[in-house]
Amino acid sequence: MIDALQVRLQRVLRRMMTRPRIDLPLAFGLLLLAGVGLATLYSASGGSMTMIVGQAGRFVMGGALLLLISRIPPSVLRSWTPWLYAGSVALLLVVATLGEVRSGSKRWLDLGVLSFQPSELLKLTMPMMVAWYLHPRQLPPSWKDIVAVGLLIAIPAGLIAEQPDLGTALLVSAAGAFALFLSGMAWWKIGSLLAAVGAMVPVAWHFLHEYQRNRVRTLLDPESDPLGNGWHIIQSQIAVGSGGMFGRGWQHGTQSRLDFLPEHTTDFIFAVFSEEFGLVGVAALMLLYAFIIGRCLWIAMEARDTYSRLLAGAIGMSFFVYVFVNGGMVAGMLPVVGVPMPLVSYGGTSAVSLLTGFGVLMSIHANRKVHD
Amino acid sequence: MARHRRSIKDTRGESSLFRVRALVGFLLILMGLCALVARYYYLQVQRHDEFALRSDNNRVKPRAIPPARGLIYDRNGVLLADNVPAFRLEVVPEQVPDMKAMLSAIRDVVPLGEDDIETFRKQLKQNRRFDSVPLKLHLTEDEIARFAINRWRFPGVDVVPYLTRRYPFGPLFAHVVGYVGRIDADDLNRLDADRYKGTSHVGRSGLERSYEDVLHGEPGYELVEVNADGRVQRVLETHPPVPGKNLYLSIDARVQKAATEAFDGRPGSAVAIDPRNGQVLAMVSVPSFDPNLFVNGISKADYAAYMNAEDKPLLNRALKSAYPPGSTVKPFLALGGLELGIRRPEDTVLSTGEFCIPGQQRCYRDDTRGGDGTVNMVRAIEKSTNTYFYKLALDMGIDRLASWMGGLGFGRKTGIDLLGEAEGILPSREWKAARSKYPWFQGETIIAGIGQGYWNVTSLQLAHAIATFAGHGVPYAPRLVMATSAVKERPVPLPNPPAGPSLIRKPNDWNVVNQGMEAVVTGGTGKRVFIGFPYVVAGKSGTAERFSRRSNDYDTNKNTAYLAARHRAWFMAYTPVDAPRIAVVAMLEAGAWGADDAGPIVRKVMEAWIVATGGSVPPRATPETAPGPASSVPDVPEDTPVATPADLSAMPADSASTATPEDGGNP
Repeated sequence: MIDALQVRLQRVLRRMMTRPRIDLPLAFGLLLLAGVGLATLYSASGGSMTMIVGQAGRFVMGGALLLLISRIPPSVLRSWTPWLYAGSVALLLVVATLGEVRSGSKRWLDLGVLSFQPSELLKLTMPMMVAWYLHPRQLPPSWKDIVAVGLLIAIPAGLIAEQPDLGTALLVSAAGAFALFLSGMAWWKIGSLLAAVGAMVPVAWHFLHEYQRNRVRTLLDPESDPLGNGWHIIQSQIAVGSGGMFGRGWQHGTQSRLDFLPEHTTDFIFAVFSEEFGLVGVAALMLLYAFIIGRCLWIAMEARDTYSRLLAGAIGMSFFVYVFVNGGMVAGMLPVVGVPMPLVSYGGTSAVSLLTGFGVLMSIHANRKVHD
Repeated sequence: MARHRRSIKDTRGESSLFRVRALVGFLLILMGLCALVARYYYLQVQRHDEFALRSDNNRVKPRAIPPARGLIYDRNGVLLADNVPAFRLEVVPEQVPDMKAMLSAIRDVVPLGEDDIETFRKQLKQNRRFDSVPLKLHLTEDEIARFAINRWRFPGVDVVPYLTRRYPFGPLFAHVVGYVGRIDADDLNRLDADRYKGTSHVGRSGLERSYEDVLHGEPGYELVEVNADGRVQRVLETHPPVPGKNLYLSIDARVQKAATEAFDGRPGSAVAIDPRNGQVLAMVSVPSFDPNLFVNGISKADYAAYMNAEDKPLLNRALKSAYPPGSTVKPFLALGGLELGIRRPEDTVLSTGEFCIPGQQRCYRDDTRGGDGTVNMVRAIEKSTNTYFYKLALDMGIDRLASWMGGLGFGRKTGIDLLGEAEGILPSREWKAARSKYPWFQGETIIAGIGQGYWNVTSLQLAHAIATFAGHGVPYAPRLVMATSAVKERPVPLPNPPAGPSLIRKPNDWNVVNQGMEAVVTGGTGKRVFIGFPYVVAGKSGTAERFSRRSNDYDTNKNTAYLAARHRAWFMAYTPVDAPRIAVVAMLEAGAWGADDAGPIVRKVMEAWIVATGGSVPPRATPETAPGPASSVPDVPEDTPVATPADLSAMPADSASTATPEDGGNP
């Protein structure tokens, strides 16, 4: 009995060594990123061990989920996809009717033990659903398929934007749109669709909340409102700019320590990073992000079928949206929306959901095409 | 890109198409990241000098100034809740070299309770290291002086001024005004963080809680210059906060005081309402507690003492304690009989001392052995004749009874401007169906007619009902706050329109029931209570049983203490009868008889109200010896077959000897 168990264990271990189910370069990139995140958080939080331990705990939990999901073959994930998508949209509807209101928006679902944002689930189930839909179709997609995918994206994105949570709505729709892009949608179709979206912008402006419009207005002229919305933008730019080429050094950023920088452990943590590590640090971190995204796309190219390809590619590319939107917001290029810097910003759900997404990538990698 | 026109999926073509797209996508992403780095280059290299200078000059930051909380006054401007300056001890954790050593050393200077330390530890975990955390609120003069001398020993610890709440009347308004408490972690999740920046207290109970939004105000901010360590050097600019609005209660502090004193410490509650507009003139729950203890965090010992006290001082009895109303429901039932066309005023019923449902064995008793004889409606109210109301309830049926009494506000919240109101119980088929597998029984309808059985009513609900009646049927939601005022501005009345049209369609119906209740005071149970009262009063007593009767025998024990342990006493009344301006309900949790025990409380409230409104009350013509010493037996025994009106004063108000809810209707 014991012997049999030992033999099995040895076999499993051998298999893991000879053919690892996880992609080591990607795992290495993620570990490095998590380390940078914790170090920055230590400085930004003023040495709060509660926050460090909490965040590290979430990384461990996310890592465990990553390993767990990497064991599920993509074919199984594909068969679950419609249910997962329908389930997460249903949860969104539940939130819309009886969600818990926190600081003015309705995004949380309280399960008694833990509360979470169902919109976070869509970040993964959305690209899964689009990939699932396009998988059996003839690609590049026809207009009919594009409209269908558009609806699959618009319904949850609209529900999330209504909460209101524009940042997540943006991330969710981007994830779906990338899958569509990667499926080979004709360039002229992409062009005309983008033109149509551009034409919709004035209409969308009409539907924004007043506070959201103010955020756009202050982006254009932050000095006009130095105590309200402009405060975030100005202080964040001062933090970034004062960092210079090499930064002020770890734990030596004054902007966050003296409490000038708002939200300096969550959405604006990248400003702390820029202040303390300078342009060199920013460029290095961008390289790391580029490496992770490139590795994701490489895994996507090696994938076995359309579903895996589209899903892996979309997850990798939407990782870029996080970086770009958050980095742009911190640098005063984009309006203030609640998008975290992935694996660096403090906060539970996004770290866990991101790592879950990478778990899917690992699974796709483990079941890649077999080269002759 | 070539357009593929095939009917079968071309996996190889798709794969290469994807490859191209992924590469294009990656290129776009690289461009995006480069654009980002370019932007950072622009900020960090090209504009570095400018931003570095601004960062070094970045010594100015906004700091929230909490608004002063609105004050609370009674209807004449007597201050009920005040803000007083106080000092607290604050700690900046970052500047404390050794927290443990500091805490043990500072205890010799400023005594700290275990509660203080515990709260401090909790907040310490939530705050950042450079945010100050209060260690002890409300320092005494002595403590401040001693700390000032020893200050050099405690870097990072400072005495900071703040405004705290004080309730000058202490327990008198504790159940109405409530109290504020320190904001804790739960509050932080619930409250709008921006509005509560710098605020340490939030309304926890009573009006302090239900009017939190009005009382709180809007915070202001000041621009302060800080040094490199973040310590404030000077204030550059101040944007003052908007203080919360003041509240003016409709309660008169003198009436409230008289009402509280009338209880003489006996547990119970009283509510007085102006029938013309629903304004609450007094609201008392005895015993009460000292709200000042809660403001800066009540000590565990004090809290345990309140929680373990047998007479529950923290419970607002007027709002939350619902008891069977007994005979006080009879006038309302009579009014329903008239309005629904079931009874004419002159219809009579023969009371023989026992009422049996036709065709059933079970019988229900009158209070008077042998009955009250032939009674019409006025006489039935005056004498509280059970048989009359058994029969009326039976003829009305439980559905019409529930719907009529529900219209008067029983079984639901009155809508007073306090949170946590009890709904009580209005006996109805639906109520029972939701709780029992048995159907509704006729016997339950019968006892519902005399306010026994499932019935449960709060003093507030009964006061609301009698005020609605006194106001000729026009219902108003009871209101404690009659006006609010912004700082340095005149009070603005809060409108309180009627909750609906008058419930009484025929004015004569009102006259009949009013006549019955007048008779209660002139010749019925309330006669002895209101002798010499300057206005004409109409009222009704109720004596509800706290326990179910085990046997059908008449209880012959006349000991008042014994009865008080078995009964709850109610009395409701309004005055002046021709144009009622005050309606009062008093309830004693352990009162022997409704009229004799709760009645005098009502009278004292009314007298205080007359004095408060500028009238005068003649000295008592008859000293209050009527009920006699506790052990005395009423001069007329309960079972006297026929009582003259004069003797009725000694009669039990009711004490319906019916079957109990448990066995009343069940087979």
